[in-house]
Amino acid sequence: MNLHAVKAIYRFEMARTFRTITQSIASPVLSTSLYFVVFGSAIGSRMGDIGGVSYGAFIIPGLIMLSLLNESISNASFGIYMPKWAGTIFELLSAPVSFIEVVLGYVGAAATKSVMLGVLILVTARFFVPYQIEHPVWMLGFLVLTALTFSLFGFIIGLWADDFQKLQVIPLMVVTPLTFLGGAFYSIDMLPPFWQRVTLFNPVVYLISGFRWSFYGIADVDVATSAFATLGFLALCLVAVWWIFRTGYKLRS
Amino acid sequence: MPPIISVRNLDKVYASGFHALRDVSLDIRRGEILALLGPNGAGKTTLISIICGIVRASSGTVTVDGHDIVRDYRAARAKIGLVPQELSTDTFEKVWATLRFSRGLFGKAPDPAHLEKVLRELSLWDKRDSKIMTLSGGMKRRVLIAKALAHEPSILFLDEPTAGVDVELRHDMWRMVRRLRDEGATIILTTHYIEEAEEMADRIGVIAKGELVVVEDKATLMRKLGRKQLTLSLREPLERVPDVLADQPLELAQDGHALVYTFDTQTEETGIAALLKRLAEQGIDFKDLHSSESSLEDIFVGLVHGKPQQAAA
Repeated sequence: MNLHAVKAIYRFEMARTFRTITQSIASPVLSTSLYFVVFGSAIGSRMGDIGGVSYGAFIIPGLIMLSLLNESISNASFGIYMPKWAGTIFELLSAPVSFIEVVLGYVGAAATKSVMLGVLILVTARFFVPYQIEHPVWMLGFLVLTALTFSLFGFIIGLWADDFQKLQVIPLMVVTPLTFLGGAFYSIDMLPPFWQRVTLFNPVVYLISGFRWSFYGIADVDVATSAFATLGFLALCLVAVWWIFRTGYKLRS
Repeated sequence: MPPIISVRNLDKVYASGFHALRDVSLDIRRGEILALLGPNGAGKTTLISIICGIVRASSGTVTVDGHDIVRDYRAARAKIGLVPQELSTDTFEKVWATLRFSRGLFGKAPDPAHLEKVLRELSLWDKRDSKIMTLSGGMKRRVLIAKALAHEPSILFLDEPTAGVDVELRHDMWRMVRRLRDEGATIILTTHYIEEAEEMADRIGVIAKGELVVVEDKATLMRKLGRKQLTLSLREPLERVPDVLADQPLELAQDGHALVYTFDTQTEETGIAALLKRLAEQGIDFKDLHSSESSLEDIFVGLVHGKPQQAAA
């Protein structure tokens, strides 16, 4: 393993984050804060508790997941799409690295950025609504696991995309709807029975449910199921990246 | 000494069906400067891209210092630095950051002293904290060279290094290439500037339509393929070469005012004396004469446009 390469990529990508700090950190924190103001404080004050948790507090884990998913995908997809677009990818392709170093560097940096963002949002939320974290270790575990998994997913999108539209289409058309319908703003037992069953096919439900459990001990689905579903998706993404680098799909002609 | 790069029966057909390389075999000697000449689209960049790991070969093998580029790609690639043809740079980054990135990517521990040396040599030291987007085209080319040298490669590929580059940079570059060679590096450059090959190379390979037409020491190639021409300025113009001289390699030029005699520099007997005698017998008088040697450019044009009689020699 070429550890110098992992470090080089990671450092380069983190430098990019801090250079574009307004867009990569400040703006998601701001937009999530707006959600807290509108849904948490304003509308939330007129809503009943869900599972014994105030509405404002209930939506915190979901909102963090929402940002985490979007930002992980966009960070990682952009990180690898840019060199492709600018042509600088030649250097990566001619370097003595395998997909392991590339993934550790790019996905590691994107996930780091997302975890930082998640923690920042969590801290910001404190200013708007009181909440507690029952299982902090699990909370952090879910945070890191989700950031990694969706950074990896974003990385695949970045490898696959050959124009800016393709780069945006999956986050906008697939991930955002799945997140909104994944129980960020409601508990799935608030849905009619039929939709409750349909919603179980939405992978985001497992993420949000598991994450919320780590805060309040309430969950829509079993926590173990949540963890395994996320790990399964992570494994799937890893196989996909391995395949891309092995076959050279859209990378090497 | 075994060759530093050994290319065997390399074939490349792109997904589009374009046959870019046809059965190319080539040994690159340790410490030489090899120039690959060829028109656009001849396959020069494809050949380089395969050796560097950017493009996959359809068939054939390449070893770099004994390491197979597929099975043992890490060892092979760590030895190579590549300066691509396109000015592909990290526009938003600073020069220093991209150099550090390149060095790490190729598996080397940070070494600011080495990077400083590279930047100074390329007159980039003052620009180390500049964003690449603020640099001129020539400066960007220098940055790409600096990046390729950041990990101290023993083999350097320069793909059309002087395309669109001003005279000053071209001479800087030539100087640097010679210095690297003196330090033991092997340099492979592609170009379609003949003068560049003539100026720089120890050996020259000519690629046309995906085939390696010839690889020779520059001097040998010139000697082998070189032809001399004797031009006689005639006192009286001729309408055509007299029939009695039809057995001679003669051509009329300048509307019959000049007679051009082409001969091989390798033969002992140039036949000039005999020719002049026969001309005198025919009463063909001339006022002046001069001889010229064919340049590499003439040779190259001859090779690429399929006058390969000498190429096979």
